[in-house]
Amino acid sequence: MNLETMTALELGAAIRKGEISAVEAAKFSLGQIDKYDGKFSCFVTVQDDILQRAEEVQKKIASGEYTSPLAGVPMGIKDNMCQKGIQTSCGSRMLSNFKPTYSATAVEEMMKAGAVPLGKLNMDEFAMGSTSETSFFGVTRNPWNVDCVPGGSSGGSAAAVAAGECFYALGSDTGGSIRQPASFCGVTGIKPTYGSVSRFGLVAYASSLDQIGPIAHNAADCAAVLAEIMKQDKRDNTSVATKGADLEAVLHTDVKGMKIGIPTDFFGEGLDKEVAATIEAAAKQLESMGATVEKFDMPIVKYAIPAYYIIASAEASSNLSRYDGIKYGYRADDFEDLLDLYTKSRSEGFGMEVKRRIMLGCFVLSSGYYDAYYRKALQAKALIKGAFDRAFEKYDLILGPVAPTTALKIGENLSDPLKMYLGDIYTVMMNLAGLPAASVPCGFDSNGMPVGMHLIGNYFDETKILGAAHAYQQVTDWHKRKPAELANI
Amino acid sequence: MAKTTSWEIVMGLEVHVELATKTKIFCSCTTEFGGAPNTHCCPVCTGMPGVLPSLNKAVVEYATKAGLALNCEITRYNKFDRKNYFYPDLPKAYQISQLYLPICRNGGVEIEAEGGGKKIIGIHEIHMEEDAGKLVHDPWTDSTMVDYNRCGVPLIEIVSEPDFRSANEVIRYLEKLKAILQFIGVSDCKMQEGSLRADINLSVRPVGSETFGTRTEMKNMNSFKAIARAINGESKRQIEVLEEGGKVKQETRRWDDNKDASFAMRSKEDAQDYKYFPEPDLIPIEISDEIIEQTRNSLPELPEAKRQRYVSELGLSEYDAAQLTTSKYLVALFEQNLEAGYPAKELANWIMGEVMRMLSDSGKEPEDMSFDYSYLGSLIGMVQHSEITRNTAKKVFKAVFEEGCDPVKYVEQHNLKTVTDTGAVKTAIQEVVAANQKSVDEYKSGKEKALQYLIGQSMRALRGKADPQTVTAILKELLG
Amino acid sequence: MVITDELVTYLEALGRIKLPEESRAKAQSDLQEILQYIDTLSELDTEGIEPMSHALPLTNVMREDEVQPSIPTEDVLRNAPAQKDNYFLVPRSFE
Repeated sequence: MNLETMTALELGAAIRKGEISAVEAAKFSLGQIDKYDGKFSCFVTVQDDILQRAEEVQKKIASGEYTSPLAGVPMGIKDNMCQKGIQTSCGSRMLSNFKPTYSATAVEEMMKAGAVPLGKLNMDEFAMGSTSETSFFGVTRNPWNVDCVPGGSSGGSAAAVAAGECFYALGSDTGGSIRQPASFCGVTGIKPTYGSVSRFGLVAYASSLDQIGPIAHNAADCAAVLAEIMKQDKRDNTSVATKGADLEAVLHTDVKGMKIGIPTDFFGEGLDKEVAATIEAAAKQLESMGATVEKFDMPIVKYAIPAYYIIASAEASSNLSRYDGIKYGYRADDFEDLLDLYTKSRSEGFGMEVKRRIMLGCFVLSSGYYDAYYRKALQAKALIKGAFDRAFEKYDLILGPVAPTTALKIGENLSDPLKMYLGDIYTVMMNLAGLPAASVPCGFDSNGMPVGMHLIGNYFDETKILGAAHAYQQVTDWHKRKPAELANI
Repeated sequence: MAKTTSWEIVMGLEVHVELATKTKIFCSCTTEFGGAPNTHCCPVCTGMPGVLPSLNKAVVEYATKAGLALNCEITRYNKFDRKNYFYPDLPKAYQISQLYLPICRNGGVEIEAEGGGKKIIGIHEIHMEEDAGKLVHDPWTDSTMVDYNRCGVPLIEIVSEPDFRSANEVIRYLEKLKAILQFIGVSDCKMQEGSLRADINLSVRPVGSETFGTRTEMKNMNSFKAIARAINGESKRQIEVLEEGGKVKQETRRWDDNKDASFAMRSKEDAQDYKYFPEPDLIPIEISDEIIEQTRNSLPELPEAKRQRYVSELGLSEYDAAQLTTSKYLVALFEQNLEAGYPAKELANWIMGEVMRMLSDSGKEPEDMSFDYSYLGSLIGMVQHSEITRNTAKKVFKAVFEEGCDPVKYVEQHNLKTVTDTGAVKTAIQEVVAANQKSVDEYKSGKEKALQYLIGQSMRALRGKADPQTVTAILKELLG
Repeated sequence: MVITDELVTYLEALGRIKLPEESRAKAQSDLQEILQYIDTLSELDTEGIEPMSHALPLTNVMREDEVQPSIPTEDVLRNAPAQKDNYFLVPRSFE
């Protein structure tokens, strides 16, 4: 049995059949972390109770309590999801000592399914960034090339899956934070429909855009995770009842007859030629499998980034106000009075990108500018949703690139925030519209860096997206390739 | 400006009322008053990372009720907004409130106007929001200690139009608000526990002027007496400033009731910029016409309707009816005993007389009356059946009010029953007559006053336990 | 919209943060650049478009008014940087 090439569902099946125990699986993952994490720095925290948990899970699988196809499979969790008693730092000095007394609903659901959590995965500070470089805990490296970023903000999650340190991970996506690192690291990730996975316990960046989703080796694994976490939660007033993700349906999807639309505006200036060619080839592949592929115009694309950064920064500036050095988190050592306590704790606790977005958010919400910025952005959001609604009258899925380039070199964009923001051009629209969207490995550029295909579905069409991705992965092997780097460690 | 100018005070009120729901507005912690510090808390009401608000249905119901009772239009499509500011009593550093679409608008309350007659105080809006925590000064460390038990208790903020022209009008309005909100059961309105607080926006202008002067705001006033003093003090201050040729500065001031003066609050930031925006964690609330009608029909009889009925059906005086209906608790005391068969006028007399006097002497509010309301009826019954005299009854009521004693038992234990044995009464009076020959002679020579003296002596001899009419009759008989 | 030094100071005050002196100029020009880009949104015709806070048309999700136990006080205060007698402790905030 080669655990290194196994998917989460394959491992789950082997555990259920008794071919391997949950404890052995956990030991394997711990070994992988030992072997690789020094190089890639995916984990911020590795739990110290992994083997106990694995033993407990093994017993409960035997007793029939855990019946999920993922029971016993080691899982990683992005460090912005609360887990009772485990440091939840959001990649920030601000929360570097924070241990919640409660767990995120999505984490609880996975625990109920018999997951074995390995620890917390690195991320851009408070999920603000597209490279995982803004973390207080240092830079995570791309397993395909250690000089490159893994993408972000769920960079630790994507890199850990790519490096085989965990079989799947929970990430979160506010403007592309699951899909873009999945694309950069050659793994499969999906941001579900807004409201379909509870946000309770997910440390908020931008509340109206944040959504938890899986990053895994393939579409089927993602569907299996979604099947556990797509549940309505009373603790999240924005959560909805959905039909969930149907793993069986995903496994039996035929793309024949599916209508796929490609927005021409996704192929404009700024898109790397090799990435464009790879996406075109993926579209051809789907066409050859019986889907009809058609181009259409979506001129609203160019307004997505301005609208996104207004809304996200505004909400972030408010969401991050609670970090004031009083109830939890970092408190400056010396302060003269209350105002000084606030200002010093926040200035020392937050990094530059977080400060920048707080200031931008304060600006767009400040008196006199609300209508010109925030209100206008909410109108743009309505127009973007309208454009997708019209597109989904014609198409089953929308296809395009996830990011304009493959993984960038470490440090390349860090000093140019606007350039970094522009990298989110293809991903932020789905957060604004609340639509589900996945990144599916579909090739490599000439430097050997992975390219992800963006598959976007209508509301609650997670099964259709992952079904098409699964069908594609039955005839391609991009998702099965492993970074050559791993063999050298 | 000439010193001879006469000034008009213009005021508007923002009244915060804590709703009497069982749980907080966005989490299931209890709203119970008191409790050891930080014991009525959870991750949601203490603003821990990653938690989300979950709206309490009863808050929307109570706010709707309040709006209907205060003659407001109910907003069919409601949203919540965030009001952002940093302060230790606000753990999320934003308060979830309603700015753009408050639940109620355009209402009004009728009060007695200053110069007589009626006057409507307009209600601009009512919105739902969450209360903040409590700050306690710690003199040992010269620090502030924070308790989040009150944090997240549901509030409605009732914003009036600037329709007040005197402190009396403000007090009458607050009394009326308090009565209405207590009647419909949405709040206990206990000012000393902070469940009803008023912010007063006050400006002055020369009489006859149509434009408003610059206003100041005095926050969190929680006693009627302090409010009256604050209005007088602050209006005098503003008039002085203007008469000396100065300008009133728009600011928030703190009323110090001990020093009888208001003080400018140190402004920590030049401009208060609350950066309001729609709360993304809560979805809109729609209130249907059907729900509004159901709520309207579920409202109990309101104080105004009761007042009218007490006059027209029960024959109470306008004044008594108005006073009785200022408090849900006075009404309960009245109506419970009325239902038990005691006469309305007698009950009203007792409540307006003894009950009000005891309240005023003890500095208590009607909601603080802790005795069994039926005891007032028992007491009146004993008087009606001549078991005790009216004077005895008054003394007994003091024990009822102060210690919650059962009047029937109290009368027995203290042997206060009227002496009904006419033989014993006669013997006692005969002794008085024998001992006061001078007064007997005076009475016989036509001096009526002497009779009063003899009655008094007889009552004293009987320790007040005889019916004065019986005593008088027996005396007259004995004196021929 | 020009990001002046005063505006940077105002935004710092609103956000209760202070930029390190050495990165202030860069932050100002970055903000200027970002805002310039964001301002392209003003070209978009949004006349008559209702601002959309929530993409899904949900309404009336509410909870029953039933008390659930609060959490232990030690858990409320578990992560507090400073506490005394079960209160959170902050610098004097009274006048």
